[in-house]
Amino acid sequence: MIFLDNLINGLSLGSIYAIIALGYTMVYGIAKMLNFAHGDIIMVGAYVAFCGLQYWGLPPVAAILVAMAVCTVLGILIEGLAYRPLRQAASLAVLITAIGMSYLLQNLALMIWGANPKSFPRTFINSFSIQLGQLNVSSATIVTILANIVIMVALSLFINQTKVGKAMRCVSEDRGAAELMGINVNRTISLTFAIGSALAAIAGVLLCSSYPILQPTTGSMPGIKAFTAAVFGGIGSIPGAMIGGVLLGVIEIFGKAYISTELGDAIVFAVLIVVLLVKPTGLLGKPIREKV
Amino acid sequence: MTKAKRKRLIYNLITFALVIAAFIILQSMIANKMISRSLKGQLVPICAWIVMAVSLNLVIGFSGELSLGHAGFMSVGAYTGAIISGWLLQVYEVQDTTLRLVLAMVAGGLIAGIAGVLIGIPVLRLRGDYLAIVTLAFGEIIRSLVNVLYVGVADGKLHFSFLNKNMPAGVSMLVDGAKGAVKIKPVATFTAGFVLILITLVVVLNLVNSRAGRAIQATRDNRIAAESMGVPVTKYKMMAFVTAAVLAGMAGALYGLNSSTVIPTQFTFNQSINVLVFVVLGGLGNVLGSVVSATLLTVLPEVLRAFADYRMLVYAIVLILVMVFTNNPTIRAFADRLFAPVKAIFRRSKKKTAGGDAQ
Amino acid sequence: MKKFFAMMLALAMLLTCVSAFADDDVVTLKIAHIGPTTGGAALYGQATRDGAAIAADEINALGGKYRVELINEDDEHNVEKAVNAYNAALDAGAQIILGTTTSKPCEAVGALAVNDRVFMLSPSASSEAAVEPDNVFQVCFTDPNQGAASAEYIAEHKLGTKVAIIYNNADVYSTGIRDTFVEKAAELGLEIVTQPITFTDETTDFTVLVAEAQNAGAEIVFLPIYYTPASQILTVAAAKEFKPIFFGVDGMDGILEIEGFDKSLAEGVMLLTPFVATAQDEKTVSFVTKYQEAYGIKPIQFAADAYDGIYIIVAAAEKAGITAEMVRKAEEEKDPSEICEALIAAMTEIEVEGLTGTMTWDESGKVTKTPMAATIVNGEYVFE
Repeated sequence: MIFLDNLINGLSLGSIYAIIALGYTMVYGIAKMLNFAHGDIIMVGAYVAFCGLQYWGLPPVAAILVAMAVCTVLGILIEGLAYRPLRQAASLAVLITAIGMSYLLQNLALMIWGANPKSFPRTFINSFSIQLGQLNVSSATIVTILANIVIMVALSLFINQTKVGKAMRCVSEDRGAAELMGINVNRTISLTFAIGSALAAIAGVLLCSSYPILQPTTGSMPGIKAFTAAVFGGIGSIPGAMIGGVLLGVIEIFGKAYISTELGDAIVFAVLIVVLLVKPTGLLGKPIREKV
Repeated sequence: MTKAKRKRLIYNLITFALVIAAFIILQSMIANKMISRSLKGQLVPICAWIVMAVSLNLVIGFSGELSLGHAGFMSVGAYTGAIISGWLLQVYEVQDTTLRLVLAMVAGGLIAGIAGVLIGIPVLRLRGDYLAIVTLAFGEIIRSLVNVLYVGVADGKLHFSFLNKNMPAGVSMLVDGAKGAVKIKPVATFTAGFVLILITLVVVLNLVNSRAGRAIQATRDNRIAAESMGVPVTKYKMMAFVTAAVLAGMAGALYGLNSSTVIPTQFTFNQSINVLVFVVLGGLGNVLGSVVSATLLTVLPEVLRAFADYRMLVYAIVLILVMVFTNNPTIRAFADRLFAPVKAIFRRSKKKTAGGDAQ
Repeated sequence: MKKFFAMMLALAMLLTCVSAFADDDVVTLKIAHIGPTTGGAALYGQATRDGAAIAADEINALGGKYRVELINEDDEHNVEKAVNAYNAALDAGAQIILGTTTSKPCEAVGALAVNDRVFMLSPSASSEAAVEPDNVFQVCFTDPNQGAASAEYIAEHKLGTKVAIIYNNADVYSTGIRDTFVEKAAELGLEIVTQPITFTDETTDFTVLVAEAQNAGAEIVFLPIYYTPASQILTVAAAKEFKPIFFGVDGMDGILEIEGFDKSLAEGVMLLTPFVATAQDEKTVSFVTKYQEAYGIKPIQFAADAYDGIYIIVAAAEKAGITAEMVRKAEEEKDPSEICEALIAAMTEIEVEGLTGTMTWDESGKVTKTPMAATIVNGEYVFE
């Protein structure tokens, strides 16, 4: 009973990590950069949705759509202004820019929304719970897990079946060759950021529906954990991000429940290290073949 | 002496000369009370951050491995330093502050070095971002463990306990779990920091310019080629990683003993990232660059105090702009054109003296 | 924007006051507020900064002998930055420190200030280590004080015997209260039914923590934590239909003011606190109104502590008979030690009636005041 309860909590937390990790992994796969500001885009998405619900009186779905729209624009702007000028630069330079962007977003949020925490209002996402036998499952858990599955399937279809998706895969495989084939690399990368940021908005809403406190630093730790999850599953791989995220969530909850709450985070990271030692490119990562 | 060697020698001499000159100027400013409290208070932390940046540069710039857990070694050093210093004072009643500081720094470096070996063995089997994430994980694990560590002195003995605080009566705590290392008697001095920087520069520059250093850089540039030339890649990478850990540990001890208290949350992932920013901004593989950028970026938020709450916003914008402006090819080309006349003069004079090896 | 105007207005008032009464009788105390106004703990530092500003405005507007000039420095809740902030404040001419807001930075700054002989009054740093130097005094309770008082209250009122504690083990405040609570609970026959249940500032998920308390059959869940994580715990507990008595300390105040928080979740929560923003006495109402006008939100306890802090410093200055001459001398010689010694001596002799109760101090620097037990009923605090 307690075991099942923990399992469900783990799946719920893991699903949120997974959705965030999808954003990391997509951007990494296509733009070959770690977008450290991703966690902060989540925070912005959650704040916008909060404003929509609390101040503008929008219905939940509309609030989420507005948040997605704002984040999409924000993602494209960030990419265009800060990352595109560094397309030819070393990957570390881009990483530092992303870190700067993360600081910038956090401090802007502090200016705009203040330091006082906000509690995310109840919506259809987290307003009821379902009794399964003795098990009490909150709607936020169900919605999160469902959303995760839907997003993953949709994203896989999009990338594998559509023309734009094909272009993305091409850019990811070989940017130079893709350009020669007439693919607009810059536009493809922008699109990737747009999709990743829209997903971040959804992740933000789901995160704050399950764990309703919203502060300027809300996105940073889930962001780092999700980044870990993406690597865990094999960075660049969409099913990998999903599996990595869910596993990370479950391990975190089980570690806290059965070993020690004080060492919960240490346990997560220790498992990660062990997995990477056995499979150095993550669970589903492609082994890197080097040309000599 | 070959040209390359001569060039390197000049670069190293400039690095040392600048550091020594800065020290002399600052010391004379202190002697003449021409220095603000604010700057004076930052001197030791700046020394510690310089050593952190130079040592991380050894891992990232020369060895080519992205490490995101460097603050973890610093925390090991800071805690070890605080424990050793407190132990020496309380058990052996060592009153000589310099002796305590030196022993604490040596111990901090040693323990951090051991941690470096333990972490390096698994980590250096990995590559690229996977290596980065594992160093991040180790940094976080160190922080979680330190958070539940208790160390105290009672009846002339050190007592350790973990997770639960089991201490004999009348204990004087040195490390108290989440409360961190407590009641540290600050013994760090600017001179000690300066000496540590010199040691770091000597060690790093010598390592880089040695046979081992060339091997390390060869593995960075092309691992497979280096391996096929018979370079024991892992051994050399390990060498760089552990050296960096030792230096970070010493910097940590210096940093920890500069304040009356040290807490685990001071050495988070964000702190590792901060040091990474110093290194990248200063230039990968550029030791002098690391020294300068660590100094400037530590002082910058203090200079920006006039902006009050907008300070970190300004810092972030400066960071992004600097990265974009120094790395964008178009802007760089423009800047090169702008400075071309100056460079031409410089090049001409150099040709006369060195026999024209510019570019 | 509103805040900006309020600050400009405050500045303008300050300037007019200073210029209008610039004669020898007026003593302007240069007080530096140090607290985290940016970063993860910004809400506490901003609260103390804003609370202090309101007190300073009131005092300056009254036009008595003593005036207050406030300098604000940000410490980001970081030990290194706190030391920098302290040095910057002294460079800017500060002679008295109102700070720091959080415990660990306060310890680090106190260790310096004790040698520089600068008087410090911390509005909200509650660890015992923070007041160890003789020049540091507190406005809020020390952590051990709160832990013991909570255990006593629970035992005395027979609220239950099976207790679970959920606390932040990366936070000095939280672990401090928890440690003494556990000690006292053992004496009083309260049973702690779980292993330590902890989280950190980075924790996202609280379900496991609440489940652990629930599964152990706790009748009382003691929450020696701030209101932000407490609101998360209450939300989870409601979803799990776990209804013990939640018992909080002063950090819990503010929970009803979280924007968007469903107040019904906090129904029945008990807390020991010296201040609540909904109290109806004249002083509190006036303070809360002014604060809300200036900053658009209700003040939390930190703001009240800092507000009291300014009044305490002025009261001590009055008692000590700080003169304009002393202030001028301290400024010229860059050595505020004379002011510091005088204030230290005066602190043990004054009694201040503030928003957070009637306060007196002993030489240790700890405050004596009575916490009040409140219960949340229908989204309001009800005192017994």
